[in-house]
Amino acid sequence: MNENRSGKQLLNRINQVSFAVDDLLLYLDTHPCDERALMLCRKMVKERKELLEEYAQNFGPLTIDCTDMSESESWKWMEQPFPWEREGGCR
Amino acid sequence: MWNYEKRLQYPVNITKPNAKIAQYILSQYGGPDGEIGASMRYLSQRFTMPNRMAAAVLNDIGTEELAHLEMVSTIVHQLTRDLSMEEIEKSGFGPYYIDHTVGVWPQAAGGIPFNACEFQSKGDPVTDLFEDLAAEQKARSTYDNILRVVRDMPEIADPIRFLRAREIVHFQRFGEALRSVQENLDAKNFYAFNPSFDNPCKASCKDCK
Repeated sequence: MNENRSGKQLLNRINQVSFAVDDLLLYLDTHPCDERALMLCRKMVKERKELLEEYAQNFGPLTIDCTDMSESESWKWMEQPFPWEREGGCR
Repeated sequence: MWNYEKRLQYPVNITKPNAKIAQYILSQYGGPDGEIGASMRYLSQRFTMPNRMAAAVLNDIGTEELAHLEMVSTIVHQLTRDLSMEEIEKSGFGPYYIDHTVGVWPQAAGGIPFNACEFQSKGDPVTDLFEDLAAEQKARSTYDNILRVVRDMPEIADPIRFLRAREIVHFQRFGEALRSVQENLDAKNFYAFNPSFDNPCKASCKDCK
């Protein structure tokens, strides 16, 4: 895994992998025995977990399950921007 | 139960405000074929689905629609932040501004407030799934209408194209769910009984004939 990914690059990859999971999830609901889709979904879910952890360690948590990744004294979840906020903006 | 993720399903980064387009796109938040109606429809209907496949499809598409209404409201918010009073008055956004300033509120492009009468939950899986198929097509048509207007504004058109493509995937999945329900019914008369009400066991479990 690339060590020096920026937050933006990492979030981009999280969005891509998560979308693959979103789409495979619906496909598997109606094709529950499709082996290729099952394999791909497992692979994507695993990568998603790793990426969410990597993001939480370096930039802050995106989900409540990643709030234990840093030793910070303050509540990092609240400090993470909402996704509609302007980059570098104050809201 | 739902957990929140602090990201959008597909990124939205709009840099230029545009009050007129915001009012059009607001319809896909709280309008007749908008994402709130879609999500509430599927999440309400799922309780009376007669098999696991149909319940799973409604549950998971209803959940994805929550992410879509967040994307649409993000588009509206980003199109209305930093608006000047002159733009508000010129663009026809004035009446909305008087009631909501630039807060996001669910209404149709024409100003009609969101209302649960925009969807049904009939408690009959064949009826409900046909409504869901139609709902996906109506939303797809609305996104097509929006795309004709925003074609030359890539930062708006890009996330709208993503949302439009999802309508088509959802239509496909609902078609498969409908087939799964009908395959458990009598092909000579799909309407002999309502599998969610009259005789649920016959349609929902393979062990009892």
